[in-house]
Amino acid sequence: MSTTSADRPTTRETPRYGDRVFAGLATGAGVLILVVLAGVAGFLLWQALPALTAAPEDVRGGEGLFSYIYPLAFGTILTALIALVIATPLSVGIALFITHYAPRRIALALGYVVDLLAAVPSIIYGLWGVYVVAPASVPVATWLSQWLGFLPFFGPDPSASGRTTLVVGVVLAIMILPVMTAVNREVFLQTPTLHEEASLALGATRWEMIRMAVIPFGRSGVISGAMLGLGRALGETMAVAIILSVAAGVHLDIIGTANSGTIAADIALQFPESSGLDVNTLVASGLVLFFITLLVNMAARWIIARRAEFSGAN
Amino acid sequence: MAKRIDVKDLDIYYGDFLAVKGVNMVIEPRAVTALIGPSGCGKSTFLRTLNRMHEVIPGARVSGEVRVDDQDLYAPGVDPVGVRRRVGMVFQRPNPFPTMSIYDNVVAGVKLNSTRMKKSEMDDLVEGSLKGANLWKEVKDRLDKPGSGLSGGQQQRLCIARTIAVKPDVVLMDEPCSALDPISTLAIEDLINELKSDYTIVIVTHNMQQAARVSDMTGFFNLKATGEPGHLVEYDDTQKIFSNPGQKATEDYISGRFG
Repeated sequence: MSTTSADRPTTRETPRYGDRVFAGLATGAGVLILVVLAGVAGFLLWQALPALTAAPEDVRGGEGLFSYIYPLAFGTILTALIALVIATPLSVGIALFITHYAPRRIALALGYVVDLLAAVPSIIYGLWGVYVVAPASVPVATWLSQWLGFLPFFGPDPSASGRTTLVVGVVLAIMILPVMTAVNREVFLQTPTLHEEASLALGATRWEMIRMAVIPFGRSGVISGAMLGLGRALGETMAVAIILSVAAGVHLDIIGTANSGTIAADIALQFPESSGLDVNTLVASGLVLFFITLLVNMAARWIIARRAEFSGAN
Repeated sequence: MAKRIDVKDLDIYYGDFLAVKGVNMVIEPRAVTALIGPSGCGKSTFLRTLNRMHEVIPGARVSGEVRVDDQDLYAPGVDPVGVRRRVGMVFQRPNPFPTMSIYDNVVAGVKLNSTRMKKSEMDDLVEGSLKGANLWKEVKDRLDKPGSGLSGGQQQRLCIARTIAVKPDVVLMDEPCSALDPISTLAIEDLINELKSDYTIVIVTHNMQQAARVSDMTGFFNLKATGEPGHLVEYDDTQKIFSNPGQKATEDYISGRFG
Protein backbone atom coordinates (compact mmCIF):
# COMPACT_ATOMS: atom_id res chain seq x y z
CA MET A 1 0.00 0.00 0.00
CA SER A 2 2.62 2.56 1.07
CA THR A 3 4.61 2.25 -2.17
CA THR A 4 1.65 2.60 -4.46
CA SER A 5 0.05 5.43 -2.54
CA ALA A 6 2.85 7.76 -3.66
CA ASP A 7 2.06 7.08 -7.31
CA ARG A 8 -1.64 7.08 -6.83
CA PRO A 9 -2.72 10.01 -4.72
CA THR A 10 -6.36 8.95 -4.93
CA THR A 11 -5.68 5.89 -2.78
CA ARG A 12 -7.20 6.40 0.64
CA GLU A 13 -4.65 6.42 3.44
CA THR A 14 -7.21 6.68 6.19
CA PRO A 15 -8.09 3.37 7.86
CA ARG A 16 -11.53 2.10 7.02
CA TYR A 17 -13.26 2.15 10.37
CA GLY A 18 -16.36 0.29 9.23
CA ASP A 19 -14.22 -2.53 8.00
CA ARG A 20 -12.26 -2.71 11.24
CA VAL A 21 -15.31 -2.57 13.44
CA PHE A 22 -16.97 -5.33 11.49
CA ALA A 23 -13.85 -7.50 11.53
CA GLY A 24 -13.62 -6.95 15.27
CA LEU A 25 -17.25 -7.86 15.83
CA ALA A 26 -17.01 -10.98 13.72
CA THR A 27 -13.83 -12.11 15.44
CA GLY A 28 -15.38 -11.33 18.81
CA ALA A 29 -18.44 -13.42 18.01
CA GLY A 30 -16.22 -16.29 16.92
CA VAL A 31 -14.13 -16.12 20.08
CA LEU A 32 -17.23 -15.77 22.26
CA ILE A 33 -18.64 -19.12 21.19
CA LEU A 34 -15.35 -20.81 22.12
CA VAL A 35 -15.30 -19.03 25.48
CA VAL A 36 -18.89 -20.09 26.21
CA LEU A 37 -18.17 -23.69 25.29
CA ALA A 38 -15.03 -23.74 27.40
CA GLY A 39 -16.97 -22.03 30.19
CA VAL A 40 -19.67 -24.69 30.16
CA ALA A 41 -17.15 -27.50 30.15
CA GLY A 42 -15.18 -25.77 32.90
CA PHE A 43 -18.27 -25.25 35.04
CA LEU A 44 -19.32 -28.87 34.66
CA LEU A 45 -15.85 -30.12 35.57
CA TRP A 46 -15.54 -27.75 38.52
CA GLN A 47 -18.93 -28.59 39.95
CA ALA A 48 -18.58 -32.30 39.27
CA LEU A 49 -15.17 -32.53 40.90
CA PRO A 50 -16.39 -33.18 44.47
CA ALA A 51 -18.53 -36.05 43.22
CA LEU A 52 -15.66 -37.44 41.17
CA THR A 53 -13.38 -37.53 44.18
CA ALA A 54 -15.96 -38.53 46.80
CA ALA A 55 -15.93 -41.91 48.51
CA PRO A 56 -18.28 -44.34 46.71
CA GLU A 57 -20.54 -44.83 49.73
CA ASP A 58 -21.23 -41.08 50.02
CA VAL A 59 -22.61 -40.80 46.49
CA ARG A 60 -26.36 -41.14 46.03
CA GLY A 61 -27.20 -44.82 45.73
CA GLY A 62 -24.22 -45.71 47.90
CA GLU A 63 -22.31 -47.61 45.25
CA GLY A 64 -20.21 -44.91 43.73
CA LEU A 65 -20.54 -42.39 40.93
CA PHE A 66 -20.15 -44.85 38.08
CA SER A 67 -22.95 -47.12 39.30
CA TYR A 68 -25.20 -44.09 39.61
CA ILE A 69 -24.57 -42.60 36.21
CA TYR A 70 -24.11 -45.72 34.10
CA PRO A 71 -27.80 -46.84 34.07
CA LEU A 72 -28.89 -43.27 33.35
CA ALA A 73 -26.47 -42.98 30.46
CA PHE A 74 -27.76 -46.30 29.20
CA GLY A 75 -31.38 -45.11 29.41
CA THR A 76 -30.50 -41.86 27.70
CA ILE A 77 -28.85 -43.59 24.78
CA LEU A 78 -31.51 -46.31 24.53
CA THR A 79 -34.46 -43.89 24.33
CA ALA A 80 -32.60 -41.66 21.88
CA LEU A 81 -31.72 -44.63 19.69
CA ILE A 82 -35.32 -45.85 19.64
CA ALA A 83 -36.37 -42.37 18.63
CA LEU A 84 -33.75 -42.28 15.89
CA VAL A 85 -34.66 -45.72 14.54
CA ILE A 86 -38.28 -44.60 14.21
CA ALA A 87 -37.70 -41.03 13.04
CA THR A 88 -34.96 -41.53 10.44
CA PRO A 89 -36.89 -43.60 7.88
CA LEU A 90 -40.03 -41.62 8.61
CA SER A 91 -38.37 -38.25 8.06
CA VAL A 92 -36.62 -39.47 4.90
CA GLY A 93 -39.97 -40.72 3.63
CA ILE A 94 -41.79 -37.48 4.42
CA ALA A 95 -39.00 -35.41 2.88
CA LEU A 96 -38.99 -37.52 -0.28
CA PHE A 97 -42.75 -37.29 -0.53
CA ILE A 98 -42.63 -33.51 -0.16
CA THR A 99 -39.78 -33.02 -2.61
CA HIS A 100 -40.42 -35.65 -5.26
CA TYR A 101 -43.92 -37.09 -5.11
CA ALA A 102 -46.49 -34.67 -3.77
CA PRO A 103 -48.18 -32.10 -5.96
CA ARG A 104 -46.83 -28.67 -5.16
CA ARG A 105 -49.81 -27.50 -3.11
CA ILE A 106 -49.93 -30.57 -0.90
CA ALA A 107 -46.16 -30.44 -0.52
CA LEU A 108 -46.31 -26.85 0.73
CA ALA A 109 -49.11 -27.58 3.19
CA LEU A 110 -47.39 -30.67 4.51
CA GLY A 111 -44.15 -28.75 4.90
CA TYR A 112 -45.93 -26.18 7.07
CA VAL A 113 -47.55 -28.86 9.21
CA VAL A 114 -44.22 -30.55 9.84
CA ASP A 115 -42.65 -27.22 10.76
CA LEU A 116 -45.54 -26.58 13.13
CA LEU A 117 -44.74 -29.81 14.94
CA ALA A 118 -41.41 -28.24 15.84
CA ALA A 119 -43.16 -25.35 17.56
CA VAL A 120 -45.10 -27.53 20.02
CA PRO A 121 -43.52 -27.23 23.51
CA SER A 122 -42.01 -30.43 24.87
CA ILE A 123 -44.26 -30.41 27.94
CA ILE A 124 -47.24 -30.79 25.63
CA TYR A 125 -45.61 -33.79 24.00
CA GLY A 126 -45.06 -35.17 27.50
CA LEU A 127 -48.72 -34.84 28.44
CA TRP A 128 -49.79 -36.27 25.10
CA GLY A 129 -47.42 -39.16 25.69
CA VAL A 130 -48.86 -39.93 29.10
CA TYR A 131 -52.53 -39.61 28.22
CA VAL A 132 -52.63 -40.82 24.62
CA VAL A 133 -49.57 -42.73 23.51
CA ALA A 134 -49.03 -44.64 26.77
CA PRO A 135 -52.52 -46.22 26.96
CA ALA A 136 -52.50 -46.83 23.23
CA SER A 137 -49.18 -48.63 23.50
CA VAL A 138 -50.44 -51.28 25.93
CA PRO A 139 -52.01 -53.63 23.37
CA VAL A 140 -49.01 -53.15 21.06
CA ALA A 141 -46.66 -53.98 23.93
CA THR A 142 -48.69 -57.08 24.77
CA TRP A 143 -48.47 -58.20 21.17
CA LEU A 144 -44.72 -57.53 21.05
CA SER A 145 -44.20 -59.44 24.27
CA GLN A 146 -46.21 -62.37 22.96
CA TRP A 147 -44.68 -62.72 19.51
CA LEU A 148 -41.27 -61.10 19.78
CA GLY A 149 -40.66 -62.05 23.39
CA PHE A 150 -37.48 -63.93 22.44
CA LEU A 151 -35.78 -60.55 21.91
CA PRO A 152 -34.30 -59.07 25.08
CA PHE A 153 -36.13 -55.78 24.41
CA PHE A 154 -39.58 -57.26 24.85
CA GLY A 155 -39.98 -58.80 28.31
CA PRO A 156 -42.71 -61.14 29.52
CA ASP A 157 -44.57 -58.55 31.65
CA PRO A 158 -45.56 -55.49 29.63
CA SER A 159 -46.41 -52.43 31.68
CA ALA A 160 -50.14 -51.90 32.23
CA SER A 161 -49.75 -48.12 32.36
CA GLY A 162 -47.68 -47.92 29.19
CA ARG A 163 -45.19 -45.51 30.74
CA THR A 164 -42.29 -47.32 29.18
CA THR A 165 -39.01 -46.71 27.40
CA LEU A 166 -40.73 -47.60 24.14
CA VAL A 167 -43.36 -44.90 24.56
CA VAL A 168 -40.67 -42.36 25.44
CA GLY A 169 -38.81 -43.39 22.30
CA VAL A 170 -41.94 -42.93 20.19
CA VAL A 171 -42.70 -39.51 21.66
CA LEU A 172 -39.07 -38.44 21.22
CA ALA A 173 -39.22 -39.64 17.62
CA ILE A 174 -42.15 -37.36 16.94
CA MET A 175 -40.38 -34.48 18.66
CA ILE A 176 -37.26 -34.83 16.53
CA LEU A 177 -39.18 -35.52 13.36
CA PRO A 178 -39.63 -31.86 12.30
CA VAL A 179 -35.98 -30.89 12.47
CA MET A 180 -34.88 -34.05 10.70
CA THR A 181 -37.53 -33.68 8.03
CA ALA A 182 -36.59 -30.05 7.49
CA VAL A 183 -32.92 -30.92 7.01
CA ASN A 184 -33.71 -33.86 4.72
CA ARG A 185 -36.12 -31.80 2.67
CA GLU A 186 -33.49 -29.12 2.12
CA VAL A 187 -30.78 -31.55 1.03
CA PHE A 188 -33.13 -33.51 -1.24
CA LEU A 189 -34.25 -30.27 -2.88
CA GLN A 190 -30.62 -29.45 -3.59
CA THR A 191 -30.03 -32.60 -5.60
CA PRO A 192 -28.64 -31.24 -8.86
CA THR A 193 -31.14 -31.58 -11.72
CA LEU A 194 -28.18 -32.84 -13.73
CA HIS A 195 -27.90 -35.99 -11.63
CA GLU A 196 -31.63 -36.60 -11.57
CA GLU A 197 -31.79 -36.29 -15.35
CA ALA A 198 -28.72 -38.48 -15.74
CA SER A 199 -30.48 -41.37 -14.06
CA LEU A 200 -33.82 -40.72 -15.75
CA ALA A 201 -32.11 -40.67 -19.15
CA LEU A 202 -30.66 -44.10 -18.39
CA GLY A 203 -34.18 -45.39 -17.98
CA ALA A 204 -34.58 -45.13 -14.24
CA THR A 205 -38.04 -45.07 -12.69
CA ARG A 206 -38.75 -42.35 -10.18
CA TRP A 207 -37.83 -44.60 -7.28
CA GLU A 208 -34.65 -45.74 -9.02
CA MET A 209 -33.79 -42.12 -9.72
CA ILE A 210 -34.23 -41.34 -6.02
CA ARG A 211 -32.01 -44.26 -5.11
CA MET A 212 -29.33 -43.40 -7.66
CA ALA A 213 -29.22 -39.65 -7.43
CA VAL A 214 -31.20 -38.15 -4.57
CA ILE A 215 -30.33 -40.36 -1.62
CA PRO A 216 -26.60 -40.70 -2.35
CA PHE A 217 -26.38 -36.95 -2.79
CA GLY A 218 -28.31 -36.30 0.41
CA ARG A 219 -26.67 -38.98 2.54
CA SER A 220 -24.38 -36.68 4.49
CA GLY A 221 -27.27 -34.28 5.00
CA VAL A 222 -29.47 -37.09 6.29
CA ILE A 223 -26.73 -38.08 8.73
CA SER A 224 -26.37 -34.48 9.91
CA GLY A 225 -30.13 -34.26 10.35
CA ALA A 226 -30.17 -37.50 12.30
CA MET A 227 -27.41 -36.21 14.56
CA LEU A 228 -29.31 -32.99 15.18
CA GLY A 229 -32.32 -35.09 16.10
CA LEU A 230 -30.22 -37.39 18.25
CA GLY A 231 -28.80 -34.39 20.06
CA ARG A 232 -32.28 -33.19 20.89
CA ALA A 233 -33.47 -36.66 21.88
CA LEU A 234 -30.47 -37.13 24.19
CA GLY A 235 -31.10 -33.86 25.97
CA GLU A 236 -34.91 -33.98 26.11
CA THR A 237 -36.02 -33.49 29.70
CA MET A 238 -39.67 -32.70 30.32
CA ALA A 239 -41.37 -35.26 28.11
CA VAL A 240 -39.21 -38.04 29.50
CA ALA A 241 -39.62 -36.89 33.10
CA ILE A 242 -43.40 -36.94 32.76
CA ILE A 243 -43.81 -40.20 30.92
CA LEU A 244 -41.20 -42.61 32.14
CA SER A 245 -41.75 -44.76 35.19
CA VAL A 246 -38.20 -45.19 36.37
CA ALA A 247 -36.53 -47.96 38.32
CA ALA A 248 -32.89 -48.07 39.35
CA GLY A 249 -30.52 -50.14 37.27
CA VAL A 250 -30.11 -51.12 33.65
CA HIS A 251 -33.22 -52.50 31.94
CA LEU A 252 -33.06 -53.78 28.39
CA ASP A 253 -36.79 -54.51 28.45
CA ILE A 254 -38.38 -51.48 26.75
CA ILE A 255 -42.01 -52.41 27.44
CA GLY A 256 -41.79 -53.42 31.11
CA THR A 257 -42.65 -51.59 34.30
CA ALA A 258 -39.02 -51.04 35.25
CA ASN A 259 -37.22 -48.59 32.97
CA SER A 260 -33.81 -46.97 33.16
CA GLY A 261 -34.06 -43.21 33.63
CA THR A 262 -32.31 -40.68 31.43
CA ILE A 263 -29.68 -38.20 32.55
CA ALA A 264 -31.58 -35.03 31.67
CA ALA A 265 -34.87 -36.19 33.21
CA ASP A 266 -33.06 -37.46 36.31
CA ILE A 267 -31.40 -34.08 36.84
CA ALA A 268 -34.73 -32.30 36.48
CA LEU A 269 -36.51 -34.67 38.86
CA GLN A 270 -33.80 -34.84 41.53
CA PHE A 271 -32.42 -31.33 41.50
CA PRO A 272 -35.10 -29.59 43.60
CA GLU A 273 -34.53 -31.92 46.51
CA SER A 274 -30.78 -32.19 46.29
CA SER A 275 -28.03 -30.44 48.19
CA GLY A 276 -24.31 -30.78 48.76
CA LEU A 277 -22.69 -33.78 47.18
CA ASP A 278 -25.93 -34.86 45.53
CA VAL A 279 -25.88 -31.70 43.42
CA ASN A 280 -22.30 -32.46 42.42
CA THR A 281 -23.36 -35.95 41.45
CA LEU A 282 -26.09 -34.56 39.21
CA VAL A 283 -23.63 -32.17 37.60
CA ALA A 284 -21.28 -35.08 37.01
CA SER A 285 -24.06 -36.90 35.19
CA GLY A 286 -24.58 -33.70 33.19
CA LEU A 287 -20.91 -33.82 32.29
CA VAL A 288 -21.39 -37.34 30.99
CA LEU A 289 -24.33 -36.15 28.86
CA PHE A 290 -22.14 -33.34 27.56
CA PHE A 291 -19.51 -35.85 26.45
CA ILE A 292 -22.07 -38.20 24.90
CA THR A 293 -23.43 -35.42 22.70
CA LEU A 294 -19.88 -34.34 21.86
CA LEU A 295 -18.99 -37.89 20.83
CA VAL A 296 -22.17 -38.22 18.77
CA ASN A 297 -21.30 -35.07 16.86
CA MET A 298 -17.72 -36.14 16.28
CA ALA A 299 -18.88 -39.53 15.05
CA ALA A 300 -21.28 -37.85 12.65
CA ARG A 301 -18.54 -35.63 11.28
CA TRP A 302 -16.27 -38.61 10.90
CA ILE A 303 -18.91 -40.53 8.97
CA ILE A 304 -19.49 -37.57 6.66
CA ALA A 305 -15.78 -36.90 6.14
CA ARG A 306 -15.05 -40.55 5.38
CA ARG A 307 -17.35 -40.35 2.37
CA ALA A 308 -16.31 -36.81 1.37
CA GLU A 309 -14.51 -38.01 -1.78
CA PHE A 310 -17.71 -39.53 -3.05
CA SER A 311 -20.02 -36.78 -1.85
CA GLY A 312 -21.81 -34.47 -4.22
CA ALA A 313 -19.90 -31.48 -2.89
CA ASN A 314 -17.88 -30.99 -6.05
CA MET B 1 -29.10 -50.99 -32.72
CA ALA B 2 -29.17 -47.88 -34.85
CA LYS B 3 -32.77 -47.21 -35.75
CA ARG B 4 -34.49 -44.69 -37.95
CA ILE B 5 -36.51 -41.96 -36.26
CA ASP B 6 -39.57 -40.67 -38.02
CA VAL B 7 -41.05 -37.45 -36.65
CA LYS B 8 -44.50 -36.43 -37.90
CA ASP B 9 -46.33 -33.17 -37.17
CA LEU B 10 -44.80 -32.82 -33.75
CA ASP B 11 -46.04 -29.92 -31.62
CA ILE B 12 -44.48 -29.43 -28.21
CA TYR B 13 -46.27 -27.60 -25.42
CA TYR B 14 -45.31 -26.36 -21.98
CA GLY B 15 -48.73 -26.11 -20.38
CA ASP B 16 -50.66 -23.94 -22.83
CA PHE B 17 -47.57 -22.45 -24.41
CA LEU B 18 -46.72 -23.87 -27.82
CA ALA B 19 -42.92 -24.08 -27.75
CA VAL B 20 -42.18 -25.93 -30.97
CA LYS B 21 -44.56 -26.28 -33.89
CA GLY B 22 -45.02 -28.76 -36.69
CA VAL B 23 -41.75 -30.63 -36.89
CA ASN B 24 -41.47 -33.23 -39.65
CA MET B 25 -38.19 -35.00 -40.14
CA VAL B 26 -36.67 -38.39 -40.78
CA ILE B 27 -33.50 -39.05 -38.85
CA GLU B 28 -31.33 -41.63 -40.56
CA PRO B 29 -29.71 -44.53 -38.75
CA ARG B 30 -25.91 -44.85 -38.57
CA ALA B 31 -25.53 -41.16 -39.22
CA VAL B 32 -25.05 -38.00 -37.22
CA THR B 33 -27.84 -35.47 -37.37
CA ALA B 34 -27.04 -32.02 -36.06
CA LEU B 35 -29.66 -29.54 -34.85
CA ILE B 36 -28.60 -25.91 -34.98
CA GLY B 37 -30.34 -22.63 -34.38
CA PRO B 38 -30.38 -19.57 -32.13
CA SER B 39 -31.02 -19.82 -28.38
CA GLY B 40 -34.61 -20.46 -27.46
CA CYS B 41 -35.57 -21.85 -30.85
CA GLY B 42 -36.60 -25.17 -29.33
CA LYS B 43 -33.87 -27.45 -30.65
CA SER B 44 -33.02 -28.79 -27.19
CA THR B 45 -36.70 -29.09 -26.37
CA PHE B 46 -37.21 -31.05 -29.57
CA LEU B 47 -34.23 -33.27 -28.77
CA ARG B 48 -35.68 -34.07 -25.37
CA THR B 49 -38.97 -35.18 -26.88
CA LEU B 50 -37.07 -37.92 -28.72
CA ASN B 51 -36.64 -39.79 -25.44
CA ARG B 52 -39.49 -38.17 -23.53
CA MET B 53 -37.10 -36.37 -21.18
CA HIS B 54 -39.14 -33.19 -21.59
CA GLU B 55 -41.77 -34.82 -19.40
CA VAL B 56 -39.52 -34.18 -16.41
CA ILE B 57 -40.89 -30.63 -16.53
CA PRO B 58 -44.47 -30.58 -15.21
CA GLY B 59 -46.99 -29.61 -17.86
CA ALA B 60 -44.81 -30.52 -20.84
CA ARG B 61 -46.63 -32.52 -23.50
CA VAL B 62 -46.59 -33.16 -27.23
CA SER B 63 -48.98 -33.93 -30.04
CA GLY B 64 -47.90 -35.77 -33.15
CA GLU B 65 -45.79 -38.85 -33.65
CA VAL B 66 -42.24 -39.88 -33.01
CA ARG B 67 -41.62 -43.32 -34.49
CA VAL B 68 -38.51 -45.27 -33.73
CA ASP B 69 -38.51 -48.22 -36.12
CA ASP B 70 -42.23 -47.83 -36.64
CA GLN B 71 -43.11 -47.81 -32.99
CA ASP B 72 -44.67 -44.55 -31.82
CA LEU B 73 -42.97 -43.37 -28.62
CA TYR B 74 -46.15 -41.53 -27.69
CA ALA B 75 -48.62 -44.31 -28.33
CA PRO B 76 -50.84 -45.00 -25.33
CA GLY B 77 -49.32 -47.59 -23.03
CA VAL B 78 -45.73 -46.78 -23.93
CA ASP B 79 -43.68 -46.37 -20.76
CA PRO B 80 -41.31 -43.37 -20.89
CA VAL B 81 -38.89 -45.36 -18.75
CA GLY B 82 -38.70 -47.99 -21.50
CA VAL B 83 -38.26 -45.29 -24.14
CA ARG B 84 -35.28 -43.86 -22.29
CA ARG B 85 -33.65 -47.25 -22.09
CA ARG B 86 -33.72 -47.41 -25.89
CA VAL B 87 -32.89 -43.77 -26.55
CA GLY B 88 -29.91 -42.65 -24.48
CA MET B 89 -28.91 -39.08 -23.74
CA VAL B 90 -25.72 -37.15 -23.07
CA PHE B 91 -26.14 -33.75 -21.47
CA GLN B 92 -24.63 -30.32 -21.83
CA ARG B 93 -22.64 -30.53 -18.64
CA PRO B 94 -20.91 -33.79 -17.77
CA ASN B 95 -22.96 -35.43 -15.05
CA PRO B 96 -21.38 -38.63 -13.75
CA PHE B 97 -22.94 -39.76 -10.49
CA PRO B 98 -20.66 -38.16 -7.91
CA THR B 99 -21.24 -40.84 -5.31
CA MET B 100 -20.28 -43.68 -7.63
CA SER B 101 -16.92 -44.95 -8.81
CA ILE B 102 -16.00 -44.87 -12.50
CA TYR B 103 -16.88 -48.55 -12.72
CA ASP B 104 -20.27 -48.12 -11.07
CA ASN B 105 -21.03 -45.13 -13.26
CA VAL B 106 -20.60 -47.21 -16.39
CA VAL B 107 -22.83 -50.03 -15.16
CA ALA B 108 -25.41 -47.75 -13.51
CA GLY B 109 -27.84 -48.04 -16.39
CA VAL B 110 -27.30 -51.74 -16.86
CA LYS B 111 -28.02 -52.44 -13.22
CA LEU B 112 -31.40 -50.77 -13.65
CA ASN B 113 -32.39 -53.44 -16.14
CA SER B 114 -32.33 -55.80 -13.19
CA THR B 115 -30.98 -58.69 -15.24
CA ARG B 116 -28.41 -60.42 -13.08
CA MET B 117 -24.98 -60.25 -14.59
CA LYS B 118 -21.86 -62.18 -13.74
CA LYS B 119 -18.92 -60.17 -12.47
CA SER B 120 -16.84 -61.16 -15.47
CA GLU B 121 -19.58 -60.08 -17.91
CA MET B 122 -19.86 -56.82 -16.04
CA ASP B 123 -16.07 -56.31 -16.26
CA ASP B 124 -16.18 -56.96 -19.99
CA LEU B 125 -19.05 -54.52 -20.43
CA VAL B 126 -17.20 -51.81 -18.51
CA GLU B 127 -14.05 -52.35 -20.55
CA GLY B 128 -15.99 -52.44 -23.81
CA SER B 129 -18.00 -49.32 -23.03
CA LEU B 130 -14.98 -47.35 -21.84
CA LYS B 131 -13.03 -48.42 -24.92
CA GLY B 132 -16.03 -47.40 -27.00
CA ALA B 133 -15.84 -43.99 -25.38
CA ASN B 134 -12.05 -43.73 -25.84
CA LEU B 135 -11.57 -43.53 -22.12
CA TRP B 136 -10.29 -46.98 -21.21
CA LYS B 137 -6.58 -46.21 -21.37
CA GLU B 138 -6.92 -43.18 -19.17
CA VAL B 139 -8.95 -44.76 -16.38
CA LYS B 140 -8.26 -48.49 -16.42
CA ASP B 141 -6.05 -48.26 -13.32
CA ARG B 142 -8.51 -46.27 -11.27
CA LEU B 143 -11.91 -47.74 -11.97
CA ASP B 144 -12.73 -47.69 -8.27
CA LYS B 145 -12.09 -43.95 -7.96
CA PRO B 146 -14.98 -41.47 -8.09
CA GLY B 147 -16.00 -40.32 -11.54
CA SER B 148 -16.11 -36.72 -10.36
CA GLY B 149 -12.31 -36.76 -10.02
CA LEU B 150 -11.86 -36.85 -13.79
CA SER B 151 -11.39 -33.81 -16.01
CA GLY B 152 -14.45 -32.32 -17.70
CA GLY B 153 -13.70 -33.98 -21.02
CA GLN B 154 -13.07 -37.33 -19.38
CA GLN B 155 -16.30 -36.99 -17.39
CA GLN B 156 -18.21 -36.35 -20.59
CA ARG B 157 -16.68 -39.43 -22.20
CA LEU B 158 -17.57 -41.36 -19.04
CA CYS B 159 -21.17 -40.21 -19.53
CA ILE B 160 -21.03 -41.41 -23.11
CA ALA B 161 -19.65 -44.76 -21.93
CA ARG B 162 -22.50 -44.97 -19.44
CA THR B 163 -25.00 -44.23 -22.20
CA ILE B 164 -23.67 -46.79 -24.68
CA ALA B 165 -23.29 -49.44 -21.96
CA VAL B 166 -27.04 -50.01 -22.08
CA LYS B 167 -26.82 -50.55 -25.86
CA PRO B 168 -29.44 -48.00 -26.91
CA ASP B 169 -30.81 -47.64 -30.44
CA VAL B 170 -30.24 -43.91 -30.48
CA VAL B 171 -27.86 -41.55 -28.68
CA LEU B 172 -29.02 -37.98 -28.16
CA MET B 173 -26.44 -35.33 -27.32
CA ASP B 174 -27.47 -31.94 -25.99
CA GLU B 175 -24.56 -29.58 -26.65
CA PRO B 176 -22.11 -32.19 -25.34
CA CYS B 177 -19.03 -30.01 -25.83
CA SER B 178 -20.23 -26.60 -24.72
CA ALA B 179 -18.65 -26.98 -21.27
CA LEU B 180 -15.38 -28.41 -22.58
CA ASP B 181 -12.05 -27.03 -23.74
CA PRO B 182 -11.04 -27.36 -27.43
CA ILE B 183 -8.91 -30.46 -26.96
CA SER B 184 -11.61 -32.32 -25.07
CA THR B 185 -14.08 -31.15 -27.70
CA LEU B 186 -11.92 -32.68 -30.40
CA ALA B 187 -11.80 -35.96 -28.49
CA ILE B 188 -15.59 -36.02 -28.25
CA GLU B 189 -16.00 -35.17 -31.93
CA ASP B 190 -13.66 -38.01 -32.91
CA LEU B 191 -15.70 -40.26 -30.67
CA ILE B 192 -18.97 -39.18 -32.30
CA ASN B 193 -17.48 -40.09 -35.65
CA GLU B 194 -16.64 -43.58 -34.41
CA LEU B 195 -19.98 -44.08 -32.68
CA LYS B 196 -22.03 -43.38 -35.77
CA SER B 197 -21.17 -46.75 -37.25
CA ASP B 198 -23.24 -48.34 -34.49
CA TYR B 199 -25.78 -45.76 -33.40
CA THR B 200 -28.20 -43.19 -34.64
CA ILE B 201 -26.83 -39.96 -33.22
CA VAL B 202 -28.66 -36.66 -32.85
CA ILE B 203 -26.62 -33.75 -31.57
CA VAL B 204 -27.71 -30.25 -30.63
CA THR B 205 -24.92 -27.73 -30.98
CA HIS B 206 -24.41 -23.99 -30.88
CA ASN B 207 -21.17 -24.36 -32.69
CA MET B 208 -21.75 -24.33 -36.44
CA GLN B 209 -18.23 -25.48 -37.25
CA GLN B 210 -18.91 -28.45 -35.06
CA ALA B 211 -22.13 -29.23 -36.88
CA ALA B 212 -20.27 -28.98 -40.18
CA ARG B 213 -17.45 -31.21 -38.90
CA VAL B 214 -19.38 -34.05 -37.30
CA SER B 215 -22.78 -34.30 -38.94
CA ASP B 216 -24.18 -35.90 -42.07
CA MET B 217 -27.53 -34.16 -41.88
CA THR B 218 -28.34 -30.78 -40.38
CA GLY B 219 -31.63 -29.33 -39.22
CA PHE B 220 -31.95 -25.58 -38.70
CA PHE B 221 -34.47 -24.42 -36.11
CA ASN B 222 -35.61 -20.84 -35.82
CA LEU B 223 -38.38 -18.76 -34.34
CA LYS B 224 -40.07 -15.79 -35.96
CA ALA B 225 -40.05 -13.67 -32.81
CA THR B 226 -39.77 -14.15 -29.07
CA GLY B 227 -42.97 -15.70 -27.78
CA GLU B 228 -43.59 -17.39 -31.11
CA PRO B 229 -43.12 -21.14 -31.36
CA GLY B 230 -39.88 -22.48 -32.78
CA HIS B 231 -40.02 -24.48 -35.97
CA LEU B 232 -37.80 -26.49 -38.25
CA VAL B 233 -36.80 -24.16 -41.08
CA GLU B 234 -34.69 -26.46 -43.15
CA TYR B 235 -33.42 -30.00 -42.95
CA ASP B 236 -30.96 -31.35 -45.48
CA ASP B 237 -27.49 -32.76 -46.07
CA THR B 238 -24.97 -30.92 -43.95
CA GLN B 239 -22.93 -30.17 -47.04
CA LYS B 240 -25.89 -28.51 -48.72
CA ILE B 241 -26.99 -26.57 -45.62
CA PHE B 242 -23.55 -25.05 -45.24
CA SER B 243 -22.78 -24.42 -48.91
CA ASN B 244 -26.09 -23.75 -50.56
CA PRO B 245 -28.97 -23.46 -48.11
CA GLY B 246 -32.46 -23.36 -49.51
CA GLN B 247 -33.78 -20.71 -47.12
CA LYS B 248 -32.72 -17.13 -46.59
CA ALA B 249 -32.97 -17.49 -42.78
CA THR B 250 -30.60 -20.45 -42.82
CA GLU B 251 -28.09 -18.57 -44.90
CA ASP B 252 -28.27 -15.55 -42.58
CA TYR B 253 -27.76 -17.76 -39.58
CA ILE B 254 -24.83 -19.81 -40.83
CA SER B 255 -23.09 -16.78 -42.26
CA GLY B 256 -23.27 -15.19 -38.82
CA ARG B 257 -25.73 -12.45 -39.62
CA PHE B 258 -27.76 -13.26 -36.51
CA GLY B 259 -28.01 -15.73 -33.66
